[in-house]
Amino acid sequence: MADVGLEITVNGQARRATVEPRLTLADFLRERLQLTGTHLGCEHGVCGACTVLLDGEAVRSCLVFAVQADGAEITTVEAIAGSDGTLSPVQEAFREHHGLQCGFCTPGFIISVTAFLRDNPDPTDEQIRDALSGNLCRCTGYQGILQAVRSAATAAAAAAGAVNQEAR
Amino acid sequence: MKPAPFEYHAPSSAGEAVGLLANLGDAAKVIAGGQSLVPVLAMRLAVFDHLIDIRRINALRGIAERDGRVWIGAGTTEAEIGRSELIAARVPLLARATPLIGHFQIRNRGTIGGSLAHADAAAEYPAVALALDATIEALSPRGRRTIPATGFFTGIWSTALEPDEVLTGVTFPARGHRSGFAIEEFSRRAGDFAVAGAAVAVELGPGGRISRCGIGLFGLGTTPLRSVSAETLAVGVSAQTLAAGTAAQSPEFAREIGQAAVADLESVPSDRHGPAAYRKRVGAALVARAVTQAIEEARNG
Repeated sequence: MADVGLEITVNGQARRATVEPRLTLADFLRERLQLTGTHLGCEHGVCGACTVLLDGEAVRSCLVFAVQADGAEITTVEAIAGSDGTLSPVQEAFREHHGLQCGFCTPGFIISVTAFLRDNPDPTDEQIRDALSGNLCRCTGYQGILQAVRSAATAAAAAAGAVNQEAR
Repeated sequence: MKPAPFEYHAPSSAGEAVGLLANLGDAAKVIAGGQSLVPVLAMRLAVFDHLIDIRRINALRGIAERDGRVWIGAGTTEAEIGRSELIAARVPLLARATPLIGHFQIRNRGTIGGSLAHADAAAEYPAVALALDATIEALSPRGRRTIPATGFFTGIWSTALEPDEVLTGVTFPARGHRSGFAIEEFSRRAGDFAVAGAAVAVELGPGGRISRCGIGLFGLGTTPLRSVSAETLAVGVSAQTLAAGTAAQSPEFAREIGQAAVADLESVPSDRHGPAAYRKRVGAALVARAVTQAIEEARNG
């Protein structure tokens, strides 16, 4: 079974590697690149802990073989905060609203919510619940997570409003 | 939870993909988004020596209207279909089915060709293809052929595709005048496979009578199903007589169609989510609701 070469951009950094075709993107990130912020729960696409951005879209990295991501741009939870460690608005909201307990599922939630709010900046609570349905939290901290997403959306709307005010 | 080793191929044309399939036979499997196949591989429910990835084949992607029909390339993702204004306007049943598939992270990778070829009995797109009389396109070393959706789903996770055929696209009729569509499903949690579901398409003819009715059922058998007896019952009936109901309280005739749709079902699943009798009750209620909504839309435009 021949190994396959791939070129991939991860968190803005170009990477080259030769991998076994059966290596998942999740295992590639964790074991080859030592980016262990992406967590693996179920390894068959149910729990969402391994969610990363692939060309900007949230996907389960356990359901993508690394070779399928050849040429793609990947963003993992390690690149969500600013380079100086400043939390993103979504991360800040999760901290503020106790949107995590043990933290195992949190990287997946942060990535999913970051993509969701980018595409749906003013969601209803029903839309938030639907968007969160692809990530499981075994501590059952869903109320805190829901509040965090609502708060992050409201904060983003307020920030956008302030910018509009200044522009006038 | 690691797949068995396999050889990886990423051909750049459909012809090349078909050539590989012809050479490698049963040892090869086509992979598109992988949202159904990768779990199967991870749990080693199936093992293939070769995976043929179609992601580089641009001719297998896209959405286009041609001669009153809408073609969708097999490699088009569910997310792309969900965002398409053409699909929303011209194949509304497909647009309405899309948010019911898995979660948005799954829809970002999963493809319509993959969904049809995987042919899960509880999946939405196969039932939509049945209700709308879609046509499936396949390519093999012998050339192209088309397969009507009604003859496509042949058994558990089985289709009419030959081992050396690649599903290249699917064509849906664009919506006609005085048509209506609805999809109803019940699942335990958002994104789970349906306990039962129904996709319904109706068209009204002269005198406001139902001239065509397509009913696709999912979660109610070993394959996606088309309910011909219930469709026959509906055709010819005046939509006026059906107009009394609402989505919550289906009119009597819609309930009869619902009963007819499940009456002859022989292989209704029975599992921890519900025994067969329960699924049939749920299925009958969902058919009635979807029929009521579809007729309402057809009457009111």
